[in-house]
Amino acid sequence: MIETLLQGILLGGLYCLFALGQSLMFGVMRLTNTAQGDFIILGAFAAIAGLSALSPAMPASLITPLAVAALLLPVAFGFGFGLQRYVLNGTLGKDPLPSLVVTFGLAIVIQNLLLELFSADPRSIDTHGLNTQSLSLGGGIAVGVLPLLILALAVGATAGLQWLFGSTRLGRAFRAVSDDKEIAELMGLDAKRLYALATGIAFVLIALAGVLQGMRTTVSPADGPLLLLFAFEAVIIGGMGSFWGTLAGALLLGITQQIGFRLDPGWGIWIGHIVFLVVLVVRPQGLFPKTKG
Amino acid sequence: MLETSGLTAHYGDAQALFGIDFKLTQGELVAIIGANGAGKSTFLKSLTGLVKAKPEQIRFDGQPIGGLPPGEIVRRGLALVPEGRRLFPSLSVEENLQMGGFARRSGPWSLPRLYKLFPILHEKRKLPGTSLSGGQQQMVAIGRALMSNPTVLLCDELSLGLAPIVIKEIYDAMPAITGEGMTVVIVEQDISMAQRVSQRIYCFQEGRVSLQGASTELSREQISQAYFGV
Amino acid sequence: MSHRRIDVVVRAGRGSRATAVVALLLGLAAASLPWWAPEEHASSWMREFVEIACYFIFAMMWNLLAGYGGMVSIGQQAFFGFGGYLMLMLGNFAGINPFVAVPLGALAAALIAVPISYVAFRLQGGYFAIGTWVIAEVVRLSFANMSFVGGGSGTSLTALRGIEKATREHLTFWMALACVIAAIALVYLFLRSKRGLALLAIRDNEVAAESQGIDVRGMKLAVYVVAAFGCGLAGALYFVGNLRISPDAAFSVNWSAFAIFMVVIGGIGRIEGPLVGALIFWALNKFFSDYGTWYLLGLGLLAIVVTIFFKQGLWGWVQQRYGWSLFPTQRRLAIDGK
Repeated sequence: MIETLLQGILLGGLYCLFALGQSLMFGVMRLTNTAQGDFIILGAFAAIAGLSALSPAMPASLITPLAVAALLLPVAFGFGFGLQRYVLNGTLGKDPLPSLVVTFGLAIVIQNLLLELFSADPRSIDTHGLNTQSLSLGGGIAVGVLPLLILALAVGATAGLQWLFGSTRLGRAFRAVSDDKEIAELMGLDAKRLYALATGIAFVLIALAGVLQGMRTTVSPADGPLLLLFAFEAVIIGGMGSFWGTLAGALLLGITQQIGFRLDPGWGIWIGHIVFLVVLVVRPQGLFPKTKG
Repeated sequence: MLETSGLTAHYGDAQALFGIDFKLTQGELVAIIGANGAGKSTFLKSLTGLVKAKPEQIRFDGQPIGGLPPGEIVRRGLALVPEGRRLFPSLSVEENLQMGGFARRSGPWSLPRLYKLFPILHEKRKLPGTSLSGGQQQMVAIGRALMSNPTVLLCDELSLGLAPIVIKEIYDAMPAITGEGMTVVIVEQDISMAQRVSQRIYCFQEGRVSLQGASTELSREQISQAYFGV
Repeated sequence: MSHRRIDVVVRAGRGSRATAVVALLLGLAAASLPWWAPEEHASSWMREFVEIACYFIFAMMWNLLAGYGGMVSIGQQAFFGFGGYLMLMLGNFAGINPFVAVPLGALAAALIAVPISYVAFRLQGGYFAIGTWVIAEVVRLSFANMSFVGGGSGTSLTALRGIEKATREHLTFWMALACVIAAIALVYLFLRSKRGLALLAIRDNEVAAESQGIDVRGMKLAVYVVAAFGCGLAGALYFVGNLRISPDAAFSVNWSAFAIFMVVIGGIGRIEGPLVGALIFWALNKFFSDYGTWYLLGLGLLAIVVTIFFKQGLWGWVQQRYGWSLFPTQRRLAIDGK
């Protein structure tokens, strides 16, 4: 049982990274990014492409994928910034449809582009053994080093975002523009630029999640939609408006799925969906909602 | 210092202002009165760029500012205390005030000085802005506008929804604000308060100026007539 | 003394009268297709028509839900597949004629929409959309785990085995035609009624509508159930034509994607939008679907471009520019009988 719980928590760490970008974008500009999962997969494939391009020139060790990942993050930031500034900003407004259709369209474009460029075969990032290493926690229990690292990164990212939003000038600006765009602009805030910044940060997290997913398991072009659903469920279960809530929701989702997998491999994801729906009915504001005045 | 000539404003197809001529000189406190829907709030919104105006219709320090984005207008020294306060619910009192200073203009107003003017805000500075009482929220809204160190302060319906004793408390703080030479425009429903604190009054009626003059010189009958359009 | 006649609520303009005539002619031509179509094409034309009919009905219902009900859903495939599976189960296991089972499947979808709405309505806007997708996934996974309908690989509609091929094809074709007419009539009449006006009021301003005494929640439920019925109808029809069902085919999110595409191209909130969108989609399918991934990529890009630059859809743009309207549901105030 403890083993299942631990595996669930570790899985939840990854789900948290999937979900943080979504939580951020929705929190700042009420934009639902239905291509969230597909962008994560795009990030994974970008890393894979980068690796195959650079690896002849680089040492065959863990340094290489890490270097590629490090290079990818600022690229992802720029990509997200540009995407928001020039494409998504135009879809924002009272009507959720335009942003939904555009992100949905992007999802289809990405899936098919990846299919064309990489074929449907699953790929992964060579971690030079990191993904098989395990750490003994005593009492006969061992956990994988990579999943533990992922969890640590997830917690770190959550704390980082929470700190950004709670204690910095930029975070205050994000909260203000999310509360009342008109009055925020009256104070001199540039909403368009703030939205672009938020998406840029979200895409850094997306790229990170993609690279880690590619290290942890295999990725294929059609994997995106399921990741979106996990991200979304984590955000809803945890409660909107709080990054720690998203982490909590992700952990709960991971645990639920692991319990499901334990009972019957075919039911793992289904049980996760059911728990999500139950939380939605019983406590629609989520487990740890941020109360807004 | 601030003047409008023939200012018009539209909400979609509906016209709200039909050519407002308005003049403000430095150091004055001018009041705008009028019934609901007369266009008073729309006027202030046009001045601050929340409602679009044509460039030449508004001049501030000699420069045409009509149609500029609100952020730009704040940077030039025009600040608004919005109708209904409109504090940021996700921000604490102190953060709301800090938000006002985002435009980083230099001037006498700062957080410590604001806390001296409204001591209760210092006590409640960590609380969410919207958990305060109406009057305290109004203080935060005023403070937030002051933090941008404007040269002209526009106040939209300060007394809305507040008890008389609270309104008095708010207006008692006015001299401290105008004492440094700040120019203030207030939109008020309370006519006697408007007459008491201001030097000049404009009366709006259905999007037009129906009366203007020195507060001390206007009689009750004149104002009633201009107010109700009888 | 001038005499002005003010006709309030003139709904059918001249253009729409012409449309009614054209539609009647087209309908007669379509119904008689089995007799005048060339031998070698009749079968495939009828099959294509059935497929397009399903796309069109599904898009129309999506349009009703999003454009008029204000609820954007990417999970309508839940009802599509549910209608299909229920039709198959009634046909295979309860001995009911599959053609009779089509409307029954639709009814079943409408019924299940009620409890589903209790969950879905907890969410709004973009999150409502994804929530409906989750629900569709739950339904898909549930059916994929039911071995008596073939589990993950699906099963065949055995109830039609005894019927001769040509007869089956003709019946399916006419069924499709009937469903298209029924769906159009359903939506058109629904929107022209007082209910329809209430719906538009809700779409424009929910709070104001509620203050006018309109039962917002009841209306939304009504639209959701009607849309579920329509999607279930399309699904049941599709699998009568297809003869084989599987969870991946029945509950694929592509159905919603195609519906979105058709409605976005054709214009949301307008009845003729899905019609135009379905026709364009069919044409694109015909000429470009061989290109597989590039075709889908192009569709995605097209949807993005149209959404950003033609906010009211291509048909809506045409309507605004030329003032045409095939299915008027707007009430116009007419003065002097014009």
